[in-house]
Amino acid sequence: MTDSKYFTTTKKGEIFELKAELNSDKKEKKKEAVKKVIASMTVGKDVSALFPDVVNCMQTDNLELKKLVYLYLMNYAKSQPDMAIMAVNTFVKDCEDPNPLIRALAVRTMGCIRVDKITEYLCEPLRKCLKDEDPYVRKTAAVCVAKLHDINAQLVEDQGFLDTLKDLISDSNPMVVANAVAALSEIAESHPSSNLLDLNPQSINKLLTALNECTEWGQIFILDCLANYMPKDDREAQSICERVTPRLSHANSAVVLSAVKVLMKFMEMLSKDLDYYGTLLKKLAPPLVTLLSAEPELQYVALRNINLIVQKRPEILKHEMKVFFVKYNDPIYVKLEKLDIMIRLASQANIAQVLAELKEYATEVDVDFVRKAVRAIGRCAIKVEQSAERCVSTLLDLIQTKVNYVVQEAIVVIKDIFRKYPNKYESVIATLCENLDSLDEPEARAAMIWIVGEYAERIDNADELLESFLEGFHDESTQVQLQLLTAIVKLFLKKPTETQELVQQVLSLATQDSDNPDLRDRGYIYWRLLSTDPVAAKEVVLAEKPLISEETDLIEPTLLDELICYIGTLASVYHKPPSAFVEGSRGVVHKSLPPRTGSSESTESPDAAPSAVQAAEQPAVIPTQGDLLGDLLNLDLGPPVSGPPIATSSVQMGAVDLLGGGLDSLLRSDVGGSPAMGGSAGFAPAPSTAMPANLGAPLGSGLGDLFDLTGGVGTLSGSYVAPKTVWLPAMKAKGLEISGTFSRQVGSISMDLVLTNKALQVMSDFAIQFNRNSFGLAPAAPLQVHAPLAPNQSVEISLPLNTVGSVMKMDPLNNLQVAVKNNIDVFYFSTLYPLHILFVEDGKMERQMFLATWKDIPNENEAQFQIKDCSLNTDAVSSKLQGSNIFTIAKRNVEGQDMLYQSLKLTNGIWVLAELRIQPGNPSFTVCQLSLKCRAPEVSQYIYQAYETILKN
Amino acid sequence: MIHSLFLINCSGDIFLEKHWKSVVSQSVCDYFFEAQEKAIDVENVPPVISTPHHYLISIYRDKIFFVSVIQTEVPPLFVIEFLHRVADTFQDYFGECSETAIKDNVVIVYELLEEMLDNGFPLATESNILKELIKPPTILRSVVNSITGSSNVGDTLPTGQLSNIPWRRAGVKYTNNEAYFDVIEEIDAIIDKSDTKIFNLIFNSVEESDNFCVSVASVKKFHLPLCCYLQNPRLLDDVSFHPCIRFKRWESERVLSFIPPDGNFRLISYRVSSQNLVAIPVYVKHMISFKENSSSGRFDVTIGPKQNMGKTVEGVVMTVHMPKAVLNMNLTATQGSYTFDPVTKVLTWDVGKITPQKLPNLKGIVNLQSGAPKPEENPSLNIQFKIQQLAISGLKVNRLDMYGEKYKPFKGVKYITKAGKFQVRT
Repeated sequence: MTDSKYFTTTKKGEIFELKAELNSDKKEKKKEAVKKVIASMTVGKDVSALFPDVVNCMQTDNLELKKLVYLYLMNYAKSQPDMAIMAVNTFVKDCEDPNPLIRALAVRTMGCIRVDKITEYLCEPLRKCLKDEDPYVRKTAAVCVAKLHDINAQLVEDQGFLDTLKDLISDSNPMVVANAVAALSEIAESHPSSNLLDLNPQSINKLLTALNECTEWGQIFILDCLANYMPKDDREAQSICERVTPRLSHANSAVVLSAVKVLMKFMEMLSKDLDYYGTLLKKLAPPLVTLLSAEPELQYVALRNINLIVQKRPEILKHEMKVFFVKYNDPIYVKLEKLDIMIRLASQANIAQVLAELKEYATEVDVDFVRKAVRAIGRCAIKVEQSAERCVSTLLDLIQTKVNYVVQEAIVVIKDIFRKYPNKYESVIATLCENLDSLDEPEARAAMIWIVGEYAERIDNADELLESFLEGFHDESTQVQLQLLTAIVKLFLKKPTETQELVQQVLSLATQDSDNPDLRDRGYIYWRLLSTDPVAAKEVVLAEKPLISEETDLIEPTLLDELICYIGTLASVYHKPPSAFVEGSRGVVHKSLPPRTGSSESTESPDAAPSAVQAAEQPAVIPTQGDLLGDLLNLDLGPPVSGPPIATSSVQMGAVDLLGGGLDSLLRSDVGGSPAMGGSAGFAPAPSTAMPANLGAPLGSGLGDLFDLTGGVGTLSGSYVAPKTVWLPAMKAKGLEISGTFSRQVGSISMDLVLTNKALQVMSDFAIQFNRNSFGLAPAAPLQVHAPLAPNQSVEISLPLNTVGSVMKMDPLNNLQVAVKNNIDVFYFSTLYPLHILFVEDGKMERQMFLATWKDIPNENEAQFQIKDCSLNTDAVSSKLQGSNIFTIAKRNVEGQDMLYQSLKLTNGIWVLAELRIQPGNPSFTVCQLSLKCRAPEVSQYIYQAYETILKN
Repeated sequence: MIHSLFLINCSGDIFLEKHWKSVVSQSVCDYFFEAQEKAIDVENVPPVISTPHHYLISIYRDKIFFVSVIQTEVPPLFVIEFLHRVADTFQDYFGECSETAIKDNVVIVYELLEEMLDNGFPLATESNILKELIKPPTILRSVVNSITGSSNVGDTLPTGQLSNIPWRRAGVKYTNNEAYFDVIEEIDAIIDKSDTKIFNLIFNSVEESDNFCVSVASVKKFHLPLCCYLQNPRLLDDVSFHPCIRFKRWESERVLSFIPPDGNFRLISYRVSSQNLVAIPVYVKHMISFKENSSSGRFDVTIGPKQNMGKTVEGVVMTVHMPKAVLNMNLTATQGSYTFDPVTKVLTWDVGKITPQKLPNLKGIVNLQSGAPKPEENPSLNIQFKIQQLAISGLKVNRLDMYGEKYKPFKGVKYITKAGKFQVRT
């Protein structure tokens, strides 16, 4: 006899039949009927019509029946609030029942009924239950507070339940403590500002005691809560670590990972000389390895976290390479993660083994995995110099297999190896050329073309090879077209005599027959360069290339530190701070690792800023992707490695885009005046002073940073608003003229527009859309033009914007492409927005933090600017800037000059630090020196523009 | 915390849903189906999927997807562990965790889910407590219930839920105390193709599953602290314990001291890494090749035991995923029987016991699709085996002490070594 019988009655009068049975006198029949109702409910059938009949069954001594009715109530009370009131009396009575199980059940169920009227009746029973003599009831009541808070937060605060809940942290029963902590954590998450979980050494002690005795789930809650605590010194940190370490041996992997989080965080505070520090490091490895023998889903989460841990403290797992070897029946998501970690752990000591493995993987069935494995070989070559030769020969072996996608992938990575070790492995070019015909993917074709162009002088038939590509020029993807253009120009510069015809052919193809503005622009630039000054052209096109970076996908140190605080959470799986993606947690307080204390207390010591040490240990890296110079040297190829799957696509697009446009601004000074550019005509030329060859900071992470969006919580502020300018002249838009400006007020950005109808017909049906842009600006509301716009009328609209739109790196960075539609047509225009509309209100950094961050950011990222003719004194400057959310953190006077130290934060979470040096004196001749430091240095010049705009207006 | 749970079968039907907070529409599962479609293979569905308003964390067990809906930041491991616990509980209650079993017991399932989670927080997940609250279904009980009108829901407070040892009911007395230990070790290894010599040997975990099991018979259980002495505990690289083990004593004396739960349970899991040289008990000689430009290939595999074992290797099964181009296989086995499924391309060879005198061999011709290119990949051989009365790591249970009783508890220790993820590359 099974429950499936409850599903069999699907006749017409089912509900009617059930109704009759529910009202039956026979207990047994009633129960069966309720079971049938529940069974229908579980499969999503609507049985809410039976509400009164089911509620009538509630008053019973039969516990099972009671539970079933409760189940029903929880599901349907929301849709029948008036009926649900009927149940209240029974609930209140049950809360007084001598049996603690019934008391707990009643309070638990009541909390699940999300009906306002019921919650009012819940307060009294809940208060009693929170103080119940039975810990089981108290524990249930603690969770109930969280439920109630979810329904009506104000009520919970008014009734003082939060304080009672806080008292429960000191309860004698560990299970009650754990649930109180869990409930408080959940409540705190929706109230980031509240200090609900302010822990002190006493409460920490209570938690640590409860930790040993409560259930596995309770341990997770307590450990997660402990991780938020900031110990006052290294001694306290060590004692907490000692008491948490045993959790590493728990059978529940979530407990293990939460314990790892606490240890990783508090380890920051321990001095590295301490014996205990070494012991702790040793203890961390085995449990992490053990996690990898669990179910694949657990492995996946563990691997994502290990990826972070390996970046932060590679020493922990450096001897455990073998456990990351891939088994052929691992799910693909586990395989890819393992591969990533293998590369991170690759070193001279184990490279032979790693390569042998990677070669093995390259013969697997799964195409995606094989590709990634081949790429991994390339990354190894770039990372471990000693292995480069072996990697190259492995790649050549793979090319010999003639498996199409393996060959293509190998060629793409060999191109990277050439860049890293120029003039070392060119002997393999002949082999590569043999496979020219089999290449059908744009990336591989582009890589091959790059190789041919770069080494044109060594390839006898380079011109023939390139010519063969040229035949199908129009069918190629942009990437290949751009590459081909540059390669042929290179070839021409190297062998001018034989290839004149070829270069003319490609230039005319690019400039005359192409619809692609990027391609046209680049064609024109080369054309002019070649025609005006071939020597200069040689210098530009054949210039020394910056070396490729070692690790392109390292997470930026500050982000990494933040993520370490989130080990075990969703943030760690996505490698993004929670503020970037968890709904409703905007303005979450960013967690940071505690500073090291103890032996070295002074801020001057290198230990004071752990991440600074981290940064210093890394070799100076030069980005492979997206650097402007690199572009001129024609590397349009996408990034050689793909980071976490989520962000990749946008980053890639961004990189490519940046490449396309970067060229323009760089060349502006060379060519003089902007070349005729379709979409970008009429831009104010960006100052081209700041284009350091090494843009510093691994751009992969810089971009990632640029792309994760956080919203700032607004406080009152009114930043400078530029006067409206004409964006779309009437003659270009069939009579519609649009002028406008951007403003930021009280934390919200808006676009203030004036639409003028200069045509002879009425305009209506306005709509607006933005193209993807660097900061994800997007209209927060549709364009509201209430009445049709009559001829010669104009209307002023303020369009609220947000920064949650899709992101694509634009050039200039603050370029915004807008499409406006009306009943006549769709019009496009682009405009530049001042960056200060993106400065958020909480951009004030702590002094210590400022110091540490300033040191942490490498000097290459520093950009210097001059602001002339600023007629303000220091205080006026400071207050003026404050109005636009540039906050002065400290002020100093050095040798008669005023120095202001300032910070600001962009909507996407990028911090910019500034040092403003003001020379007082004759006010009309004041010159301000501005030094900017930022992890994403490409924003610097736009920040400078913003400074200038604000100060001069 | 956990918001909702959907159970989805392989054909994409949602056959059960449970909400612990407000109701989340079924349509949220569309994102899951999308990911499932993209993954092609059911096993490759990513466990964490983000949707605009929710996160979906899923596990795949016994042909069922357990998809949970999350709305706030929560440790995904916690969710995954919990979902596995749910599946374990179903297994425990219904003997199998299958769609039919769940549908047949839908009300019990609902009651269980309600008991296991409150507002997304785990409430009672220990099997002994759950069984006190909700009696598992038996044919006899349902007959009795229907006659007497009694219910299968306990109406007493489960005692274990409040004690500091939640894995055990309080005040249980047994006439006789007996303990049986099963030491089950699993070998995870990847053996490289270089001439069957073990090149890449990974003892990811020599052991994986239930190590020590205390008594199955219902009356013979403990209520007294036990002390279990191991012969060479230093072997173990990493251990994870059942919560009943006193960690302090393990740290200081390497002794397992515990008050055992009722019934079967996993006392300790441990891992011995490849640094400790542990011998691999079997070897495989293989010759798999495909000829260029011809639609056939050769297949020749021999399995043999390593010397100096003294124990028999039994229960040997070899499975091979053959390349897609393979049409069928024409083989002869000197021992056991083989099957080849031309749809999934899986070759299974059930060998049975290996006798060192006559090594089992499987040999023959592989027929390939005509015209198809020669397969690039070499299939890996997946091997299962079992060796009774042997713990390959060398771990031994030396002694078992019980406090407060004069007699020695019966000590029965069973050692088994099994293959875990044991793969031979060709």
